[in-house]
Amino acid sequence: MAKKPTKSPGSKSDAELNRAFLRSMLLQRRFEERSAEAYALGKIGGFCHLYIGQEAISTGALSVLRPDDYVVTAYRDHGQALARGMTPRAVMAELFGRRDGCSGGKGGSMHLFDAKLNFLGGHGIVGSHIPLATGVAFAIKYRGGDQVCLCFFGEAAVNIGAFHEALNMAGLWKVPAVFIIENNRYGMGTAVSRAMANEDVNARAATYNIPAESVDAQDVFAVRDAVTRAVDLARAEKTPTLLEMRTYRFMGHSMSDAVSGTYRTKAELEQEMRRDPIILLHNHMTEAGEIDDAAYAKLDEEIKAEVQDAWDFADASPEPELEELYAHVVVD
Amino acid sequence: MSIVTYRDALNQALREEIQRDDRVFLMGEEVGEYNGAYKVSRGLLDQFGPMRVVDTPIAELGFAGIGVGAAMVGLRPIIEFMTWNFALLALDQVVNSAAKMLYMSNGQFPMPMVFRGPNGAALQLSAQHSQAWESWLAHIPGLKVVTPATPYDAKGLLKSAIRDENPVVFLEGEMLYNTKGDVPEGEEILIPLGKAERKREGEHCSIIAHGKTVLIAIQVADALAKEGISIDVIDLRTVRPMDVEAIAESVKKTNRAVVVEEGWELCGVGAQVVDYIQRECFDFLDAPVLRVHQADVPMPYAKNLERAAKPDAQKLTAAVRKVLYLE
Repeated sequence: MAKKPTKSPGSKSDAELNRAFLRSMLLQRRFEERSAEAYALGKIGGFCHLYIGQEAISTGALSVLRPDDYVVTAYRDHGQALARGMTPRAVMAELFGRRDGCSGGKGGSMHLFDAKLNFLGGHGIVGSHIPLATGVAFAIKYRGGDQVCLCFFGEAAVNIGAFHEALNMAGLWKVPAVFIIENNRYGMGTAVSRAMANEDVNARAATYNIPAESVDAQDVFAVRDAVTRAVDLARAEKTPTLLEMRTYRFMGHSMSDAVSGTYRTKAELEQEMRRDPIILLHNHMTEAGEIDDAAYAKLDEEIKAEVQDAWDFADASPEPELEELYAHVVVD
Repeated sequence: MSIVTYRDALNQALREEIQRDDRVFLMGEEVGEYNGAYKVSRGLLDQFGPMRVVDTPIAELGFAGIGVGAAMVGLRPIIEFMTWNFALLALDQVVNSAAKMLYMSNGQFPMPMVFRGPNGAALQLSAQHSQAWESWLAHIPGLKVVTPATPYDAKGLLKSAIRDENPVVFLEGEMLYNTKGDVPEGEEILIPLGKAERKREGEHCSIIAHGKTVLIAIQVADALAKEGISIDVIDLRTVRPMDVEAIAESVKKTNRAVVVEEGWELCGVGAQVVDYIQRECFDFLDAPVLRVHQADVPMPYAKNLERAAKPDAQKLTAAVRKVLYLE
């Protein structure tokens, strides 16, 4: 059996931080709700993997980082990009395949990059970016720095060889990486129980001689606390950590599959949606007297306007010049 | 004259570049304490220590990806594959990560790194250890593919590869490590990537070769010279980008060509060269362009079968005679 998830130690009194968390999560939620709409209208093409339901992970984890730290993530990357500070305009324009997108319209949903924010993508092959994170952490140690590299991936990625190889070398060499499993219980349409001989993903950490924790990842405070511990350990002792974030995605794997009905039940989905990370935080803030209905409604309106602005910006942004087709294949 | 082996020329290149630039490091299986499976990295651990010369577990996919990550944040990794046959395990990182990062990030993340190791058939290593991968790798936009034939080229091309801002696939001829040649001491040797070199000057036929087959081409050219047949030997040196002008210039002069390579026929490097020739030199050709390559089979173990499978001087000579209508 997996260990009990870490509970928040109750450091919830920082009203300002709570408001920032709420703002970040709501921005991701509203952004992706509009992304789904834009996808339906054909403004966004290709694969589009929404993060809805998992926003507490990006929000809590990235709130711990310094600007000079690094982030590497997989193809479900809108939430992390926004939480790292990419503008909704730059992300939406990328989804629309436009010139002002964060990757010039060449990357799309799965390949969001921003070198200035040390946001190293957006990678589309399951688990292939996990060794990259070990490499970034190796480079930090090589240079004698005290940054860390946060690496996000889904629980299904732990079944591929790249995960094993990357964590083995990270543990062997002691490099400052924090590996964050976003365990939303389904790798596309395959439940964990159908994919893992041992469902306790953290049990694998023992293999690499690195610490691990399981976290209730619908609780943004629990996420922040666990990532704080892991980042501190990485900075101070160059010890990597494996963190299992127990979450749930409220949408389908991508825009092309049904939200429920084939591989999971409507009842399960409804059950999990009661633990919406935004509602949990909102309830907490309401109880603590940090926000009232009017203030929440005002915040939500602000954010909706910001997302509308991103949409308008993306819509108005030109398509890439045709000469861009051959630009950046190699450095000349 | 300073005669050194191909192996030691590569060692000199690594040593000079690791010394010159503290962002450059070498990583791979047995590169450190063991001094390299093929001794290319001999002495480097002693000189530079374990942060610059990094031994890895047997985990090609993992350490190739570690190189990619390190390159993303400004280091200049040299990833050694013990042989390119093992690099198949790492091709996801070479192709999907290293080659495409610059493009899909719209120029934000250059990949200044080298993937290197022995390539091509050796002696009786049979099917899984005797393969030439250049046509696979040259297919991928974003990569540069380098195939040095001589010690001088090995040194000069490797140093240029390490200084290049792009991911460079560096294919060393497994059978070339002990070959010798002049590598002048105390000279900064840098050979530009993407430029072919004429290794023999001739009038009657062009042989276009790369890597180990350059030596076969030179051997054939030297032998045919005694019969009064002069061969223009073009060493591509770099398969991607390919020096089309050098090929065209040679074929327009000789009007005949044979392309020789260690790889298989279908979709091989030679197929690409022939395509260039028919487009650029169609009106200059006096005979169909022929190709010499490995037989379209996995490499057999038995000596006689292996010999039959590989390109060699005899097969190349026969092809040249055929395009000259001498038989």
